[in-house]
Amino acid sequence: MNARNRELLGLLPASLLIVAGFGAVFLQEQTQLDNLSLTYGAIFLGLCFAAHLIIRVRLPDADPYLLPIIAVLASIGLVVIYRLNETLARDQAQWFVIGLIAFAATIVLLRDYRVLERYRYLIAAASIALLLLPRVPGIGQQANGAYLGISLGPVSFQPAEFAKIGIIIFLASYLRDTRALLVSRKRYGITLPRLKHIGPLLLVWGLAMLMLVFIRDLGSSLMFFGGFLAMLYVATDRLIFPVVGFGLFGIGAWFFATTVGHVGDRISAWQHPFDPKLYEQIGGSYQIAQSLFAQADGGLWGEGFGQALISVGDSPILPAAQTDLIYAVIVNELGLIGGIALLLVYVLLIERGFRIAVLARDSFSKLLATGLTTVVALQVFVIVGGVTKVIPLTGVTLPFVSYGGSSIVANFVIVALLLLISDRARREARR
Amino acid sequence: MNKPIIRVFAVLLVLFGLLAYFTTRWTVIDRAELQDNPQNKRELLAQQRIARGSIEAASGTVLARSVRRSDGTYARRYPEGGLFAQTVGYSFLNPGTAGLERFYNGQLTGRTAGLEGTLRKLQGKRQQGNDLQTALDPLAQQVAIDQLAGRAGAVVALDPRNGRVKVMASIPSYDPNVLRSARQTARLNSAPGAPLLNRTTAGLYPPGSTFKVVTAAAAIDSGLYEPSSTVNGDNAIPISGVPLNNDGGQSFGEVDLTTALTQSVNTVWAQVGERVGKRRMSRYMERFGFGSPVPVDLPPSERLASGLYCSPDGNRELVSPTDSCVDIGRASIGQDKLLATPLQMAMVASAVANRGILMRPAIATRTIDPEGRTAYENTPQRFSRVMSAASAEKLTAMMQRVVQEGTGTAAALSGIEVAGKTGTAERDVINNITQPWFIAFAPASDPQIAIAVTIEKTVGGFGGTDAAPIAKAVMESVLR
Repeated sequence: MNARNRELLGLLPASLLIVAGFGAVFLQEQTQLDNLSLTYGAIFLGLCFAAHLIIRVRLPDADPYLLPIIAVLASIGLVVIYRLNETLARDQAQWFVIGLIAFAATIVLLRDYRVLERYRYLIAAASIALLLLPRVPGIGQQANGAYLGISLGPVSFQPAEFAKIGIIIFLASYLRDTRALLVSRKRYGITLPRLKHIGPLLLVWGLAMLMLVFIRDLGSSLMFFGGFLAMLYVATDRLIFPVVGFGLFGIGAWFFATTVGHVGDRISAWQHPFDPKLYEQIGGSYQIAQSLFAQADGGLWGEGFGQALISVGDSPILPAAQTDLIYAVIVNELGLIGGIALLLVYVLLIERGFRIAVLARDSFSKLLATGLTTVVALQVFVIVGGVTKVIPLTGVTLPFVSYGGSSIVANFVIVALLLLISDRARREARR
Repeated sequence: MNKPIIRVFAVLLVLFGLLAYFTTRWTVIDRAELQDNPQNKRELLAQQRIARGSIEAASGTVLARSVRRSDGTYARRYPEGGLFAQTVGYSFLNPGTAGLERFYNGQLTGRTAGLEGTLRKLQGKRQQGNDLQTALDPLAQQVAIDQLAGRAGAVVALDPRNGRVKVMASIPSYDPNVLRSARQTARLNSAPGAPLLNRTTAGLYPPGSTFKVVTAAAAIDSGLYEPSSTVNGDNAIPISGVPLNNDGGQSFGEVDLTTALTQSVNTVWAQVGERVGKRRMSRYMERFGFGSPVPVDLPPSERLASGLYCSPDGNRELVSPTDSCVDIGRASIGQDKLLATPLQMAMVASAVANRGILMRPAIATRTIDPEGRTAYENTPQRFSRVMSAASAEKLTAMMQRVVQEGTGTAAALSGIEVAGKTGTAERDVINNITQPWFIAFAPASDPQIAIAVTIEKTVGGFGGTDAAPIAKAVMESVLR
């Protein structure tokens, strides 16, 4: 069976999942089980089919499993958001359509994605500008102490979601050129590159620190910096780089944790979520404590779809259930089994990403695929880790599942890029 | 470049393993701990969405019910106000739950487990609570409250044949409806007289001479004494080396045990207790229920154990009657370190009344599910055999004499034989503050009600004059 037919077949489980999911929510909501859930399923299937056709026409050799995996994640997200709030689910569905348009546009316009290399400094500059945009007075927004969003008229979005793609493209391109130079000089038995080669990389470290100060978001900065170190390691095959990199990040993070109030608060809320003072404090540990309580109620099998206690009357119990805490909602309703299943879907996604990186022939493609995959994986780690108290909780989205337009659109672009790399790699491999 | 790519993948797999481990930790390993966390209000919040079952008295009077609010949640209402406040308890988001509301929470919220629960969910039925039926008697309860007339104290009455609790009055009381407001809750928590305290099960008082019934049961049932056995009842007989006084310093000479109980002669019963000894006293007290939290269907935090409380290192703690700190002679007349809850003393009367068999006290009788079927039956259970039927009969005759011609004549009912025992514990000798007691059962030949009454503080009051009339009125109300 060829790759595209396998992809088509892979979409079937996702469609069944969304029909069953909406069915379960309808049952719970006491409305009669009508054909509305089938309608939702059909529309979703139609969108997936459209995406499949675009891939079939433009990228016939691309990885056949990426799209079905994304479809599964998206249907879980849509059903859970629908169950939380019908209006939000409708918004989210619209964002999916926009995301698919961005997906199609990326595939159609970037027939040869390697042209991106030519514009790397422009892309880097634009990305940094995007990152700092939320601090521009008038359009920047602050949420929970972090500057992540901007609003332009009726539309508000999170530029960091797009900046992360730009920075990875830049790094992949830059590291492709300098990887040999970075490891060429040895002093005292260790690899010690010249300042002019390491300089731009130190700049990236500085940028990550800047994000901590300006954007005040530990999660995003960990995600960027982790992706950067992964690419640096893959480019050089020298363990010293990620080790020193994490050391520097740790020092920086410690420094800002002790000096920037917002970061420090987040860390003490993480360490002592049940401390009554932190629990009562606004922006304190209430959210993480409620997340853990919700997960405990889920147990092994969960309380059942639509059973999660999100609010009583008009007062919310789980703050930001549809974004930050969506993993806690899923664990509450589907239990440990559901949570692990979701994590396994992400592991499959990441595995496909790295497989593409391994299959790719040229360094730029390999680095780009590694960077994009690592950033998606770290984003999952940062938010799920935050919700499960592995690391301090920060507000990033769970890719393809959380409510959030920018996240959906940006992640669709990432998948489109991975498919582009994959199509080229597999075609070349077949020859 | 492929090797480092695979290594990066491996590192990410480890990170995902960490996520899986932490999810396991919160959902399975630390689950119970998180659910018991005092800050975790999820269960209470979830219960606001459930139509909680009602709580009803024996007559069908509704003591607690749920009303639907405009936002789809339910709120608790107590139509009878403070009538059974501490017994019924409350169920609100802020103060939480107490009393029957807490003990029968699972039944009242209708937690249906397993297949039936799944089927109900599939049918789209909302979780609905079971109604709780009790044996509580609102009319007799009102009589008890009226009789206490605002004085801090407690009245417990139960059916000795099956342990069904009919009256459980604790004064001061409160209206549970006000607990909806946080400010009122805080005010009640620190209110003088501790109205939230259920004095019948969590009030520990010196039982005074009512405890002589326990001593008499041990003395007669062990075969050491007969009701006709005589003991020297002179004043100021040394007990544990210290002279013990009779009430009013009266000397009775050689008296039989029936007379000694009728006249409540301290020196006789202290000597009897010493001869029965710590081991035997300990065994009989245990059979009556002393030494462990009073057994009734209320939350453990609202039930205390009656028995001997010593404070070796400043902290009062329950000890066995065989402990070296116990003066068994004085304990045998309800003094020294002996403390008892009113329900425990009602159990003493109940065991004698039911021919030596003590039934476990029970407030609830059954729960009824929304379809009208019995969901749970609280069948009467035997707590212990305290003494032989013959011993119980002898003791009954002795206790009848107390009401006929002794200290408890104020409890006599016209046409009904009452058996009882008075008690007057000294709380403050200098200011003449006493705690009157009365325990009784009736009719003596076919007991249907056993009762314990106490008033915390009176100025110079006696069990016979202050507590016995209350017992009389309540028994009359139940037997009418």
